[in-house]
Amino acid sequence: MTAGSQMNANNLHEPAAGFDFSNYLRNQNLLQTDGAAPKLKAKKTGTTIVGTVYAGGVVLGADTRATNDTEVAERNCEKIHYIAPNMYCCGAGTAADTENTTALISRQLELLRMDTARPSRLVTAVTLLKRMLFRYQGHVSAALVLGGCDLQGPHIYQIYPHGSTAKLPYTSMGSGSLAAMAVLESSWQENMTEDMAVQLVQRAIGAGIFNDLGSGSNCDICIIKTDGTVDYRRNAVKPNELAPLRAQVQRSGRLNMRPGLTPIIKSEFKPHPVVAAGGETAMEVE
Amino acid sequence: MTTEVSMMHSAESQNLKDGEVSTGTTIIAIPFQGGVVVGADSRTSTGSYVAVRTSDKIACLSDHIYACRSGSAADTQALTDYIRYYLQQLKIETGRPARVKSAAHLLQKLVYQNKDNLSAGMIVAGWDPVEGPAIYSIALGGTCLKVPFAFSGSGSLYITGLLDSEFRENMTKEEARTLVKKALAHAMARDGSSGGIIRTVAITAEGNDRDYTSQLPYGPVSY
Repeated sequence: MTAGSQMNANNLHEPAAGFDFSNYLRNQNLLQTDGAAPKLKAKKTGTTIVGTVYAGGVVLGADTRATNDTEVAERNCEKIHYIAPNMYCCGAGTAADTENTTALISRQLELLRMDTARPSRLVTAVTLLKRMLFRYQGHVSAALVLGGCDLQGPHIYQIYPHGSTAKLPYTSMGSGSLAAMAVLESSWQENMTEDMAVQLVQRAIGAGIFNDLGSGSNCDICIIKTDGTVDYRRNAVKPNELAPLRAQVQRSGRLNMRPGLTPIIKSEFKPHPVVAAGGETAMEVE
Repeated sequence: MTTEVSMMHSAESQNLKDGEVSTGTTIIAIPFQGGVVVGADSRTSTGSYVAVRTSDKIACLSDHIYACRSGSAADTQALTDYIRYYLQQLKIETGRPARVKSAAHLLQKLVYQNKDNLSAGMIVAGWDPVEGPAIYSIALGGTCLKVPFAFSGSGSLYITGLLDSEFRENMTKEEARTLVKKALAHAMARDGSSGGIIRTVAITAEGNDRDYTSQLPYGPVSY
């Protein structure tokens, strides 16, 4: 309710005439932090992301919860981003940063593929990402797990917001990384089959979903094989389905109104008149 | 458990930003007849979490020159990438492989001129046809010192006495390698920011010999 507004006949608040200074108090509040971190927080992905190499390629996994501090901003967001036909990248940190950074590098790689007439290599993507992130000295808050297959085989890289990278056989990042890493460290083996790798990734993401407050909802999986095929399984596991819970609530019948309930008394059609600007004739080009 | 030791920030971590990845670290370079053995632990940490437990802190700068990295992982990776590029250019322009001294002084230039924004303590070691084996230590502010043997990183202060008493001139390659592993194992036992496996590279005129071991010569438990 803004100061100076008034109630009208329908008990709705109408804004008062003239200027509205209600944001003054909010701005004072923000300025009081005196140069410390601003109180407006960018939407972060909380997150558990995981990547592992197996005998025939790589498997990437991610949860689907996006948070604004303690509120869940999105229940089913996509954290596995396309980089190239043979590469996908999971992103943790600030949602805007991960999406825009991965999109930028994806487009740079596409131009490079046109120039070189060759499929992209993971080292290229990693180098482009680390050069950009180092340039921004950590202010672009994007922590990434990049995975894919190129002519040199399957690879997984982890990339930190300040620009350091590491090449690993398996890794996890995000607020749920400790929970996921516990699962990975106890169960990872070399040369797993695809089923073993997918089961492992699902369990690792599940550990993050259930033990980390910043992660939740569903698990997305992406399998990139050395022969070049990609199997993107959106919502591969859905352990937090809301529909059965919502169905148990008794709601008023008035919430489900079928079309046609409101009778039409009169209907009138007026075509919108097309008037040329200033009534002049259209411009002609010699 | 909070003790005074764990509440203290090491000289390295004071310069790191929040959430920045540190190479924690113990790094060493010991010369022998005809070459140098460089060694490092493999722990990379963010705060108290070990981000990578098998990292490679020994970066190849050119055919016979290696650099050991300590401090911020992002800063040192970027620095070694620059120096590798400069040394490739030098080789093309001069027609000769670069000297260890050139690599060390190029690194010093970068570190000194960007001292406000970097957190990097490195050891540049290798072999060149002019000087033979050479070891240079580049500290946080950009000091470049040629030294008979070098050790650096948060774990290095626990092995100063050990190295001072055990170092000898003109060791063989295997003696140098054994000393490197022993010193690293002792540092890893006492420093929380150092751990994992021991990586070593023996650099000689003939070539380089890279190795790693998870069997630490000294430690509380052997797996």
